[in-house]
Amino acid sequence: MSTAGTGTDAGTGAAAGAPEAGPGTVPEAGPGAGPSGPPGPPAGLAITTSGLAKRFRGGQLAVDDLSLAVPRGAIYGFLGPNGSGKTTTIRMLLGLVYPTRGSVSLLGEPVPGAAARVLPRVGSLVEGPAFYPYLSGRANLARMDAADRTADPRTAAARIDAALDRVGLLSAAKKRYRAYSLGMKQRLAIATGLLRPRELIILDEPTNGLDPQGTREVRGLIREIATGGVTVLVSSHLLAEVEQICTHVGVMRTGRLVFQGTLDELRGQGSRRVVIRTAQHTEAVATLTALGLADIQSADGEVSAQLADQSPERICRELVLAGVGVAGLATPRPNLEDLFVGLTGEGFDVDG
Amino acid sequence: MSTAEATAIPPAGGARPADQLARTPGAVPAWLRLLRSELRLVFRRLRNLALLAALAALPVLLGIALRLAAPRGGGGGDAGSSFISQLAGNGVFLAFIAITLMIALVLPLAVAVVSGDSMAGEAGLGTLRYLLTVPAGRARLLAAKYVAIVVFGLSACCVVTAASLATGAALFPIGPVTLLSGNTVPLGQGLLRVLFVTLYVAAAMAALGAIGLAVSTFTEHPIGAIATVLVLAVVSEITDNIPQFAVVHPYLPSHWWLFFDSLLRTPIATSDLLHGLLSFGIYAVIFCSIAWARFTSTDVTA
Repeated sequence: MSTAGTGTDAGTGAAAGAPEAGPGTVPEAGPGAGPSGPPGPPAGLAITTSGLAKRFRGGQLAVDDLSLAVPRGAIYGFLGPNGSGKTTTIRMLLGLVYPTRGSVSLLGEPVPGAAARVLPRVGSLVEGPAFYPYLSGRANLARMDAADRTADPRTAAARIDAALDRVGLLSAAKKRYRAYSLGMKQRLAIATGLLRPRELIILDEPTNGLDPQGTREVRGLIREIATGGVTVLVSSHLLAEVEQICTHVGVMRTGRLVFQGTLDELRGQGSRRVVIRTAQHTEAVATLTALGLADIQSADGEVSAQLADQSPERICRELVLAGVGVAGLATPRPNLEDLFVGLTGEGFDVDG
Repeated sequence: MSTAEATAIPPAGGARPADQLARTPGAVPAWLRLLRSELRLVFRRLRNLALLAALAALPVLLGIALRLAAPRGGGGGDAGSSFISQLAGNGVFLAFIAITLMIALVLPLAVAVVSGDSMAGEAGLGTLRYLLTVPAGRARLLAAKYVAIVVFGLSACCVVTAASLATGAALFPIGPVTLLSGNTVPLGQGLLRVLFVTLYVAAAMAALGAIGLAVSTFTEHPIGAIATVLVLAVVSEITDNIPQFAVVHPYLPSHWWLFFDSLLRTPIATSDLLHGLLSFGIYAVIFCSIAWARFTSTDVTA
């Protein structure tokens, strides 16, 4: 049951990594999943879960029937309010928490079954940084590297310093972790993910608790990591953060996935509105009503309505023919924040 | 920096697993590297070093106190512990006295601190989740933790012995050792017996360490685990001293701790020693198994 996943090639460890496409939920290859992707077919999936569920001992169902599909090379934003099951999902992806039902496949290998083989190729930050406060940043990384049975001890010192350098902590390498600021702690946690080349990086709330400056730094770091064709899964409860860097998104709500696809697909979810700048409100409203548009609103110099399946060109022509002076016509993109709240918020009509 | 980056940043084509495999060290050297890291963590921790320092200081204090109390010139063995009367004649006996006194509480305390902290401390800090996603491997990590506990227990016993011998040599005469059975052996053989006593006690502490490791996998609060191990040890010792519970005495973890005095007699009562070692071995196996079963099946949510 645990290996019932999609195309799990449990055979030859490191050479695997070419999972069959998951059933049904294959998103289109995003911008990053193209030919520049890592070895394996371009449309391959870095993470798949099927029917994943976790019920904790208390009886609480933290994750239910979750089928993720993260394309290789994507920056996948894993969204959802606090407590929606993101962290539990990430813990299951990394073999920390055992699923009650369903299966996980990372880079084509089943987890936790092949965790020892696949996790060295995965860097991660889970639920905030955690290190030995009495050790220096460098000693902390050395400790983590020593635990990796596949890491080459001869290159450890160089790799540790390179990772520290990439996150900008080389000058604070000898400082005790206790004395690090929150942003430095967060960056040290990201550095553990950079101790060796990875094919997949999983970051759980990497900017949690950071000031705007720190948030920007981390965002830049994630972008930089992803340029090498590395797949990144980054969880957040902040839509704005995800919007700026992600190619794909998955939205969780109370343990279930309520949306998965590219950012454009998410935008396409909402109904677009047409906004007309005009002084002739009454005539414009009459024309839009005649066209059968819904939810017509007018307010100082603007009349707007739901676009539905009408073309903006036709609306414009009708308005002009009706003698309405159109000073401007726009079909603004729906506000992602509203879409996000619509998916995760109190609205119970998400499925309908 | 450019060469350093090349090792940390995968080229555009992503990581080449085959290259990594070629450089992957063998399982045993890799585990030894983890063990070394584990030992460094234990032996560089200020708290643990303070414990070892306290273990070294106690025999010194004990030696000074006994030196002040003992009548100069030896003899005088009419009353009190036979150990103490022996001491006046030979400093080597300070090692036996110190171990006898410290095995009741101080040595178990030191082992309880390190073993109780082993898994619970990592869980409490949150480093456990990072070690496991490295991945350190659950059984592999547990094995390194246990070996580090055993090494620390052995070190604690050696510290007590070494401090005792040094203090004994400084404050008392040193020479052929008169055993508890009355016969005298040369100093060399006496010291050999001290070594065996130390190893026997270290084995006892290794068994206690297994209990601590198991307790430690059940919580993320190291203090709770440490207290539990210590309470278990003390309850075992108290039960061992209640004659009405004689039936269970041989099965108590602490019952065989003091049987090292067999080594101070001629002939050596090897059956008692072997019973003790068997008991320690069984305790170690049972509790390591419990720790393994618990740790490899539990969700890590800390």
